[in-house]
Amino acid sequence: MRYITPRKAAKGLGAAGPASATHKHWSMTVSSVALAILTPAFILVVGSAIGLPRAGVLTYFAQPYPALVTALFLVVGMLHFISGTRIMIDDYLDHTERKVAIILSQLFGWAVIAAAVYALARMALSPVV
Amino acid sequence: MGDIPRGNRPLSPHLSVYRLPLAAITSILTRATGQAMLAGILLIVWWLLAAVTGPQAFATADWVLRSWLGFLVMTVALWSLWYHFLAGIRHLLYDARLLIDIAGARQSSIVILAGSVVLTLLTLILFIFA
Repeated sequence: MRYITPRKAAKGLGAAGPASATHKHWSMTVSSVALAILTPAFILVVGSAIGLPRAGVLTYFAQPYPALVTALFLVVGMLHFISGTRIMIDDYLDHTERKVAIILSQLFGWAVIAAAVYALARMALSPVV
Repeated sequence: MGDIPRGNRPLSPHLSVYRLPLAAITSILTRATGQAMLAGILLIVWWLLAAVTGPQAFATADWVLRSWLGFLVMTVALWSLWYHFLAGIRHLLYDARLLIDIAGARQSSIVILAGSVVLTLLTLILFIFA
């Protein structure tokens, strides 16, 4: 038998526990407002670029507005994805599966950010041939 | 929660025998679209990366992106993004204590479903037929 009461076992696991769910909810709120602004801009920017030849893509994303909208959407979006996926993992998985899924989703999110930022920085800052 | 005696009674919410109301379907679709749009995001990031890698890499990524399969993936991702966009705005309204009753959740579900399809079609018309 366990020597702790159910109350003790549950303490700290709730909304205001060490996981700081209030803060998580608030950061999802802030990033969702940012993404609500960025989403239409991102769709217009990327939609205009699909179909361009390679040279056209390189000069298009070397401009500040397309580069910054794309970078902001992908960085904020993938961080929002990591947090949102964490909520799903907490709901659907337990134990080792949960830990593995949390780690993989974070590594995946940051890998996408790294790839996107590298590609955009390359186009904007150093001419590609 | 393992210490709490639950007996053998069935546990809520009886997902297997319960017909989900529209608001529940549109709620779970928020999660599903949040994941589904990643296919399109990955295609775009691969395409951007290929553009700075070289002509051969770009030709491959561009071919995939503009193939039939690429169009299908991008269209589903586009609809997912618009759906998630509208459902996210509803979450912000819920937090402001708006629409958070049975009628409001039902009506806004219809708006989200119809609105996401309309926005997707408008986007496709804008970029394909304009």
